[in-house]
Amino acid sequence: MAEITDPFVRFQNVQKSYDGETLVVKNLQLDIAKGEFLTLLGPSGSGKTTCLMMLAGFESPTHGEIMLDGHPIHNVPPHKRGIGMVFQNYALFPHMTVTENVGYPLKVRGIGRNEMARRVDRALTMVELGHLGGRRPAQLSGGQQQRVALARALVFEPALVLLDEPLGALDKNLREQMQYELKHIHATLGVTMVYVTHDQTEALTMSDRIAVFDDGIIQQLDEPSTLYEEPSNAFVAQFIGENNRLLGTVESVDGTDCIVQTDNGDPIRALNVRTTGPGGRTLMSLRPERISINPNPGSMPNILPAEVLEVIYVGDHIRSRMSVCGRDDFIVKVPNWAGHVHLRRGEKVEIGWFASDCRALDA
Amino acid sequence: MATAQSALPSGAASGGPSGGPTDGVLRTNDGVPLKTTLRRVNRRQKIIAFGLVLPLFLFILITFLAPIGMMLFRAVDNPVLQEQIPRTVALLNETWDGEGLPDDAVYDTLAEEMIQQYKVREIAKVGTRLNYEQGGLRSLITSTARTIARRAEPPWKEAFIKIDERWGEPETWGIIQNAAPRYTLSFVLAALDLRYDWQGDIVSQPENEQIYVKMFVRTIWISGLVTVLCLALGFPVGYLLANLPMRQSNLLMILVLLPFWTSLLVRTTTWIVLLQTEGVLNDIMVWVGLISDDGRVQMIYNQLGTIIAMTHILLPFMVLPIFSVMKTISPSHMRAARSLGATPPRAFWDVYVPQTLPGIGAGSILVFILSVGYYITPALVGGRTGQLISNFIAYHMQKSLNWGLAAALGGLLLLGVLVLYWLYNRLVGIDKMKFG
Ligand SMILES: Nc1ncnc2c1ncn2[C@@H]1O[C@H](COP(=O)(O)OP(=O)(O)OP(=O)(O)O)[C@@H](O)[C@H]1O
Ligand SMILES: [Mg+2]
Repeated sequence: MAEITDPFVRFQNVQKSYDGETLVVKNLQLDIAKGEFLTLLGPSGSGKTTCLMMLAGFESPTHGEIMLDGHPIHNVPPHKRGIGMVFQNYALFPHMTVTENVGYPLKVRGIGRNEMARRVDRALTMVELGHLGGRRPAQLSGGQQQRVALARALVFEPALVLLDEPLGALDKNLREQMQYELKHIHATLGVTMVYVTHDQTEALTMSDRIAVFDDGIIQQLDEPSTLYEEPSNAFVAQFIGENNRLLGTVESVDGTDCIVQTDNGDPIRALNVRTTGPGGRTLMSLRPERISINPNPGSMPNILPAEVLEVIYVGDHIRSRMSVCGRDDFIVKVPNWAGHVHLRRGEKVEIGWFASDCRALDA
Repeated sequence: MATAQSALPSGAASGGPSGGPTDGVLRTNDGVPLKTTLRRVNRRQKIIAFGLVLPLFLFILITFLAPIGMMLFRAVDNPVLQEQIPRTVALLNETWDGEGLPDDAVYDTLAEEMIQQYKVREIAKVGTRLNYEQGGLRSLITSTARTIARRAEPPWKEAFIKIDERWGEPETWGIIQNAAPRYTLSFVLAALDLRYDWQGDIVSQPENEQIYVKMFVRTIWISGLVTVLCLALGFPVGYLLANLPMRQSNLLMILVLLPFWTSLLVRTTTWIVLLQTEGVLNDIMVWVGLISDDGRVQMIYNQLGTIIAMTHILLPFMVLPIFSVMKTISPSHMRAARSLGATPPRAFWDVYVPQTLPGIGAGSILVFILSVGYYITPALVGGRTGQLISNFIAYHMQKSLNWGLAAALGGLLLLGVLVLYWLYNRLVGIDKMKFG
């Protein structure tokens, strides 16, 4: 990943503790480029909201510095930071109509009535809610409320918009539609967006870059494809997408590959990503869709016998649980194309994969 | 298919091609209209619900609504003359046109009825009733009755006028006639500082007897002031309660509720100890040198005392609704306002305060209505200038025994409160109110 020169937002050695006993954020280093869509992804309680709140000014870092556009902001109160924010529960003002809600940031900035009406109108049109201006938040559906919150955070044209799990409360269809609209708005306006979610699919489809959080530490910061295909540690591999896990001991290292002896004795050739060298324990992670069934002998470095334990028809693919290397939770996904292999329960098959798809990580 | 059809809204069902009646009425599978079935199902629940509230309803009816209704009825009820001297009243209405003196027959009947009532010792009632209309009539009636029962002789007209020359004035008879109807407005008029003159026209009471309108105005004014004071003192406390960490807020809540756990009398007398001229506060001020020993401030047994003590006692009724509303306001609203560019005071005013309005409304109405009818505290610490209308109601109930006037005053108070309630509903909306 190339260094970002001239970052728009910079977290510098930021630490945060609420109680003086545990660090919620541990030494955070994060640069965000102008116009970027950066996602903070992580399990519940990993410190994502805390990071956003420090950036927005509602929490102060216990240590370290946050820079916005080259200037430290720890002395700037929230209302002077000019950061748009969409809260986890939208935080629409219940006693104001949609128009008043969206117009509020303009009102406090003393913008004239006509100019205000024009800009509110434009913002509401952008989120396709122009016709609902007279309603109260309580009279809107979840998706509509979310769009009002978005319009309100964008109407004063902030250069940075923070979104804290804005789609958390929506159903799947609406969620996908809103993801698309958000992305579209981001592309049109060119604002920098910092997006918080714990939904990895959402993160993968929307982001320019994703910072995977766990335990107050950024585990990996990369583009979605890199993150998915080349997770750099066991946590990321587990958190992003589905993964088969095989535990073993490194026998030897061969260039970029390594040979691993699994716990029941099968040798496996894997990509040496992050092992401690020969003799060390390793966890190999392997995507279910990268596994071939009954490959031609010799076409793949790893070919192992397997027994089909379960077959589930999912629609676009067939999902099968197999017993491999002594583990009963090995998942294989077979794309549902015209000539795919028909698996049956109890059937004995051979499965194979390339060394580059099987990543040997720290155990 | 039939099932699906009957479940559709009536518009769709009426045009439906499938079997069954197509008259637009929704029916269950066996053809009974849906509404009937629903009613039948709901009836049982209604009966149970009704049974559950019935004891309370009866209790309220017997101990609250019925007495209040009966009491209010007394404001217009006027049975005395009709019961004690019915024939005189009837004859007077029949034969007298308000000009000159009534016929001899009226005097004769009155004498007859007076003697009769005197013997059963009931005649004082007539005197008392007439005395409400005009001072001095009680003694006129009782002394006349005593005289004619013991030694006077007919012809009665001459005898009456000889006993007291007021019997020779049409005013006296006019007053008797006005006080006679079974139902009267004269108590209500008296409560508004008005009265009937002897010719039956409504006029103001004499200047020095006008007290009740002034009392109503004072009651409303003090109640309003107490409400405003409670709001000013209670709002910050409610805010603290809603925003402090659990432990501190529980402690504070106990302090707020403490007044509820001590007797009203104890609290009121405590104020006396604190505020009287020889009281703690004055002592301290003298000791500090703020005032001289003979310049002690009168802070109790006047309006100030009433206001201070009532504000203290009613404060929890303001704090609790405000607190319960504030508790529900999400802190993210304030944060959102600030992230949108509002300074903290601006955000507070624009976003926080409007959301507390339901609590402010509920608390204010509660405090205002309670103080409009407040009795004990003004009676104990109000002195002369701190009395409220309820003290006069109590006076007429217990001392002067003019229950008609007491009922009229109470009825007007109730009416005033209802009007205010109605106004509030029109302006703010009762449904916006939250008591907790
Ligand atoms: N105001 C606070 N006081 C004390 N601890 C807090 C406070 N806010 C958050 N924490 C703690 O900090 C940690 C991180 O919280 P944070 O809200 O940042 O998590 P998150 O990643 O946003 O989680 P989620 O996905 O559930 O929203 C949690 O363990 C939480 O208990
Ligand atoms: Mg969060």
